[in-house]
Amino acid sequence: MSQFYLTALQLALCLGPMALGIFISMKVFNIPDITTDGSYTLGAVVTATGLIQHWPAWVILPACMCAGALAGVCTGVIHTKLKIDALLAGILVMTGLYSVNLIFLGRSNVPLINQPGIFTSVTIFQNVLFNQVVIAICITVLLMMILNYVLKTDFGIAMRATGNNPVMTKSMGINNDMIKILGLAIANALTGLSGYLVAQYQNFTDINMGIGIVITGLGSVLIADALKTWMHLTSIGWQIVLVIVGSILFQMVLAGTLAMGIDPNWLKLVTALFVLMIVALPRLTSALQKS
Amino acid sequence: MISIRHISKIFNQGKINEVIALDDISLDIHQGEFVVIIGANGSGKTTLMNIIEGSELPTEGSISIKDTEVTALPEYKRSKWVARVFQNPTNGTAPDLTILDNFRLAALRTQRKNVTIGTNAAFRKRVQEKISSLGMGLENKISQAMGSLSGGQRQALTLLMSVMDDTDILLLDEPTAALDPKSALVVMRLAEKLNQDMGITTILITHNLKDALQYGDRLIQFQEGKIVCDIDKGSKANLTLQDIYRWFA
Repeated sequence: MSQFYLTALQLALCLGPMALGIFISMKVFNIPDITTDGSYTLGAVVTATGLIQHWPAWVILPACMCAGALAGVCTGVIHTKLKIDALLAGILVMTGLYSVNLIFLGRSNVPLINQPGIFTSVTIFQNVLFNQVVIAICITVLLMMILNYVLKTDFGIAMRATGNNPVMTKSMGINNDMIKILGLAIANALTGLSGYLVAQYQNFTDINMGIGIVITGLGSVLIADALKTWMHLTSIGWQIVLVIVGSILFQMVLAGTLAMGIDPNWLKLVTALFVLMIVALPRLTSALQKS
Repeated sequence: MISIRHISKIFNQGKINEVIALDDISLDIHQGEFVVIIGANGSGKTTLMNIIEGSELPTEGSISIKDTEVTALPEYKRSKWVARVFQNPTNGTAPDLTILDNFRLAALRTQRKNVTIGTNAAFRKRVQEKISSLGMGLENKISQAMGSLSGGQRQALTLLMSVMDDTDILLLDEPTAALDPKSALVVMRLAEKLNQDMGITTILITHNLKDALQYGDRLIQFQEGKIVCDIDKGSKANLTLQDIYRWFA
């Protein structure tokens, strides 16, 4: 049973970068970015293509992030330069990416069993799963440190301010359009990284693996938001940590659901209901208190 | 300093709801001048300020700042000369960011926002010194979120932020409209001090006729998109409140 939850932890850490990407687009920039569904699969497709071509995992990693960033740039340009609603821009890019992913993948599912990847690169413990979790933890911690640093820099402050008060940032000499494009590029680069990690975690890339993944990321961010309010942790560093905690809690709830013997076919519905509960619970509680 | 030539602004041009907000305005504002603009609602005051700031483009005419033609320059590029304090205190600051982060952004108005941490001890000290000059006791709260402050405190800080990075022109768009009398006095005295001590060219829009009389060295009245009155410092000194009330009669 502990192996089961350890696997859930590994998946949560693999999905952590995607949750951080949604945190950037949704919380930092206030943009509902649906590109995630496509850029996540794109990261996995680039991973599959690279591994089959016997590229080293450390070469594939930046390639996945660049591919994701490119998808983010497309959404950003459509949204800011063509003045199309961010939601629609994301849907358009996500739809287009389905064809791109299918063309690059060649077929709907590519198995990656026995391919040397990032999770086979280090051997510390006898148990393979332990090694994989350690690698996932190291990547997550490194990513959190980098993101924490970037968001505290002058560029990061400009990013956060753009989402917070775009009227003010324009008068502060910030090109809002450009910074939104860069922000969406960073967000989708992180999503591409999740695609890279999850493809190697599950040992296959599937063309449909991104469908509804945005809900998983959204759930993690909403859990983080609830924890932030509850624990009064407002610093950007803590918010990053809480997003990862949110991702872990989310996967643990799903693992717990499966452990209870619920049919896996119900899993997407359980996911949607769980997110609905997170969103609705504080409002219902507040309404009940008022009445 | 600011040269406005034959500026017109027509909203919804050619449509049934066409509005002429500015009608062939020409105006020269000199370095260090404190210009007060008054006029009824819809007379074109804020539209002119938007055009100077760059958030709106004129339908006709040209505008130059420090001998540089800026008519088509976007707002974020004009910010190297122009800083603005809005009527609503929430517009001038980012509420979720700390006071320190807001000041950092203001200090970089004319510079690149690099991937380096600039909110170091030296910058923190500089901000604390600036804020302590307000006498509001906010210098020890710079790590607090800007949104936790009152409207008056935020407006005073916005005014301070606007002069963090060698601003040439300060646009004050009814900065005291949403403030209580005490906060309004702090903001207006600070604006006057910045104009006098730093020689910043200041343009104030106000509906408070006492302020219009008390502050500034030039008074301009707008009516239906035109300048109907432009009074210099000498003539302004002889004006009474009753005189200005009569203009609106």
